[in-house]
Amino acid sequence: MNRLILDAPSMERSITRIAHEILEKNKGVEGLVLIGIQTRGVVLANRMEKAIGEIAKSKVPVGILDINLYRDDLTKVSEQPVIHKTEINFDLENKIAVLVDDVLYTGRTIRSALDALVDLGRPKRIELAVLIDRGHRELPIRADFVGKNIPTNENEIVHVHFIETDKKEEVIVSDKRGNDR
Amino acid sequence: MNWTRKDLLSLEELSKEEIELILQTADSFKEVSAREVKKVPALRGKTIANLFFEPSTRTRTSFEVAAKRLSADIINFSSSGSSTSKGESLTDTAKNIEAMNVDTIVMRHSSSGSAEYLARCVKAGVINAGDGIHEHPTQGLLDIFTMKEKKKSLEGLRVCLIGDILHSRVARSNIWGLKKLGAKITVCGPPTLIPAKIEELGVEVSYDLDKIIKDQDVLNILRIQLERQKGAFFPSIREYAAEYGISKERMKKAKKDVIIMHPGPINRGVELAAEVADGPQSVILDQVTNGVAVRMAVLFHTTMVERLV
Repeated sequence: MNRLILDAPSMERSITRIAHEILEKNKGVEGLVLIGIQTRGVVLANRMEKAIGEIAKSKVPVGILDINLYRDDLTKVSEQPVIHKTEINFDLENKIAVLVDDVLYTGRTIRSALDALVDLGRPKRIELAVLIDRGHRELPIRADFVGKNIPTNENEIVHVHFIETDKKEEVIVSDKRGNDR
Repeated sequence: MNWTRKDLLSLEELSKEEIELILQTADSFKEVSAREVKKVPALRGKTIANLFFEPSTRTRTSFEVAAKRLSADIINFSSSGSSTSKGESLTDTAKNIEAMNVDTIVMRHSSSGSAEYLARCVKAGVINAGDGIHEHPTQGLLDIFTMKEKKKSLEGLRVCLIGDILHSRVARSNIWGLKKLGAKITVCGPPTLIPAKIEELGVEVSYDLDKIIKDQDVLNILRIQLERQKGAFFPSIREYAAEYGISKERMKKAKKDVIIMHPGPINRGVELAAEVADGPQSVILDQVTNGVAVRMAVLFHTTMVERLV
């Protein structure tokens, strides 16, 4: 059973709203950088960069972060993760870094991302923007900007699909055992 | 593609997909070495042992740097001044190291097949850092990585291995790996240093470097292993240099964008002229840089595999 949570236009509206909120909270783009977490966080960060660009008429640097090497379950996962590139070609010193990911769940990915980020530099502040917050946190972590909060069951999976990576644009929730497409 | 090997013994045994996975991971790891803090916690709490029964600076240091950049602890054992010189067998040495709960052993040994033997004896992972004249898989991988980085694609790439093919484990690893990725390989050297029936590996053989040099995209020059030349394989070093050495003159016959590779250490003026080794087409130091990233990838994948207890 698949539940449609967001369709393409609602995703676009959520992204635009988050872009506005980021600008409001940080009073503009001064010192602002976006860091997308591989892989769908990167797509989302690029979308947000575009939205922020349209609103504020200026460019915000976007970096790419792979958190796999910082996972706390790295030695326990049965299938070895594919290590993607980290590409942050700007100085993080004294920047306001907005971490961007598609789904916030246990918080462990964000914990890894925080570790990865501070190894690369010392931002003045780190904020977190996610498209979906599905609850079930295992660590004291919260998002500063949320597209949509959805109550989920732990047996469910949240799928965020982007045109760039999945050839369609939607957010759906499916049962773990059922087929997800 | 899921990596399932605890050992890396040869490129002969790897599939194309496994080689590509290592290259991809290495590409991601390259960035770590460019950071101000050159360290990630991926192998924190893992222990790796360097067990070198033959002298080596480059490879041993490269593995050491790679392990440290992944936060693993690395211990160095060398044959001189250790229990081996007191007559301990390879198996006993390895079992003792393993009893200290070492996760992965990196070994160089003068006997071909020693790495595979060791892998069967111990539960720890074994990485072959050169076994006799058999293979040197991480050197093969870093050569391939560097070729791919400089030439983008390996499909149809013309690679020439020049020199002492007979004694070269680097040549064998290059051949196995490059064949799987679609490169066209020529081996070139004096007939005495080209092993019989090497054509059966799917390579072309040439004894005349001047004739084939113009077609090559990559010249991977092997070291003349002076320590292995007791059998008088060629009349003199001078004659070898004249026939097969890469001189400034000979380079004029090569493609403008040919790249010069060498696994090191270089015998300057023998297989490679100093001007060429330090020239714009040389990627020899890129090989060293890439070697760290490739060895990080190999250590990462093999050490992460769950051990059967």
